Amino acid sequence: MSESTMVSTFPRRQLWYLFKKEFHGFFLTPVAYVFTVIFLVLSMVFTFYLGNFFDRGQADLIPFFNFHPWLYLFFIPSLSMSLWALERQMGTIELLMTLPITKWQGVLSKFLAAWAFSGIVLVLTFPIWITVDYLGSVDHGVVLSSYVGSWLLAGTFLAIGCCVSVLTKNQIVAFLMTVLICFLFMVSDFPIVLDVFSEMPQSVVDFVVSLSMLQHFQAISKGVLALQDVLYFCLMIAVWLTATVILLEWKKAE
Amino acid sequence: MIELDAVSRSFNGRQVVSDLSFQVQKGEVLGFLGPNGAGKSTTMKMITGFLAPSAGHIQVAGINVAQSPVAVKMQMGYLPEGAPLYTDMEVGSFLKFIADIRQLRGIHRQKRLDEVVQQMELGAVWYQPIGTLSKGFIRRVGIAQALLHDPNILILDEPTDGLDPNQKHHVRQLIQELSHNKLIIVSTHILEEVSAVCNRAIIIHQGKKIIDDTPQALESRSRYYRAVSLRFDSHVDSGPIVSTLRHHAALGEIEQDHDHHVRVLSIDGQSILPTITELIRQHNWPVIDAYVERGRLEDVFRALTIEGADPNVLSASLHNKKVEVA
Repeated sequence: MSESTMVSTFPRRQLWYLFKKEFHGFFLTPVAYVFTVIFLVLSMVFTFYLGNFFDRGQADLIPFFNFHPWLYLFFIPSLSMSLWALERQMGTIELLMTLPITKWQGVLSKFLAAWAFSGIVLVLTFPIWITVDYLGSVDHGVVLSSYVGSWLLAGTFLAIGCCVSVLTKNQIVAFLMTVLICFLFMVSDFPIVLDVFSEMPQSVVDFVVSLSMLQHFQAISKGVLALQDVLYFCLMIAVWLTATVILLEWKKAE
Repeated sequence: MIELDAVSRSFNGRQVVSDLSFQVQKGEVLGFLGPNGAGKSTTMKMITGFLAPSAGHIQVAGINVAQSPVAVKMQMGYLPEGAPLYTDMEVGSFLKFIADIRQLRGIHRQKRLDEVVQQMELGAVWYQPIGTLSKGFIRRVGIAQALLHDPNILILDEPTDGLDPNQKHHVRQLIQELSHNKLIIVSTHILEEVSAVCNRAIIIHQGKKIIDDTPQALESRSRYYRAVSLRFDSHVDSGPIVSTLRHHAALGEIEQDHDHHVRVLSIDGQSILPTITELIRQHNWPVIDAYVERGRLEDVFRALTIEGADPNVLSASLHNKKVEVA
């Protein structure tokens, strides 16, 4: 057929255009501003009041980063809950998925936009770094490593949130389910999770323990940017995003 | 250009589209008709690559939709049912996003944006968030989005739903203007729209194709096809006239709306106007109006899609009738 010859070029830069749209999307509603302000305020409050930042008399950011997993536990799901649930609820998923894009481009663009946004919010906490450096000499390597770890942790939470968001049209359900799943992965080396696996072989228990996000995050925030911890987060992100792509095909029509 | 081959789709074991086959060529405007839930939208979603068929194949411009969905999507403009759009975005930034994704570049991109904005009269709302627009405007943004890359194939799911009569007219005109070098599929449940813009109509019912014909041929299946309506002067006693008409062998059934309005049905779609004018002349009846009806699509549609009717039986009987007429 002659028409088929017309399709010679494959669409290019689709991921970038989608990313741009998604990223701008955060700023079209108050979400981005509310998120940023509350996150920054809470992270400071936690550091200075609950973390005894001054009383410790140490020039490091351990009290600051220690609270990140707990802040993310509620902040990241609020960012990820709408990603797919809203598309499905509004029906715009049909518009989106009939544009000349692949499922991976759709999933990645949303994830990357949210991850980039969380990265910017993280960067905006820099005054505390300067403060600590002013008060005493800080190990910049450890701080940088902690920031990287924190961002990877945020990415993992987001990947989980993406996946859960595809499963429901209800944003509140997406939020709560994401909180729950993230919590379970955070504390998978605690009795709260391990008791469930107590009857299982030791290898299973070891595997569950090794999934603990808190452990991997703490390892990185001690200043050791070990390959296995970074790999853990990257693998988690990859697995959850792959699941998102698979579930998207299954769920989009409902 | 579009070819459906024994396409079926089921949701959770419920068959929504079953064994649907048809071909559409460039230049055709196909009206897709059927009651709510007949499978119109599901079929369109499969053609556009949003849904995969449970069975069967769909080819668009020689490309299998399931194998190369992106290549197919590039050539298509699609308005999904209900025109879902990103309500937080402004009209302008939304259309620019679509232009980018549709690979429009440079001067051509600006030219197409200008053209579409003019065509759909969106200039005044360019900076407005889509969510703040009226239903008519939202529908027009949805159509603009589908037209932007000047696709060879346009799939419009209820494009005039929610538009006022002027806007409906405008959209129909647009479809007609576009139709000479495109393939257009329009789903609708407004039957006048089919006569107005389509040169082919497919009626589907319970997921099956029951009619595939021109709108004119569909009208000819109506019992009112070529019926003659007569209106008399109000002083006249229509009784004797009706009785004369009723006993005339060449005329069909007589329907009387009220005393002074009579509708004479045709037999087997024969032209009866000459017979009736002759009668009027002979008896010197005081007729004010006399006109020939085109046939009512509503009628045909209802007959074919009445709840619980078996579409196979109906289509068979209609087919026979058509043979008789021919």
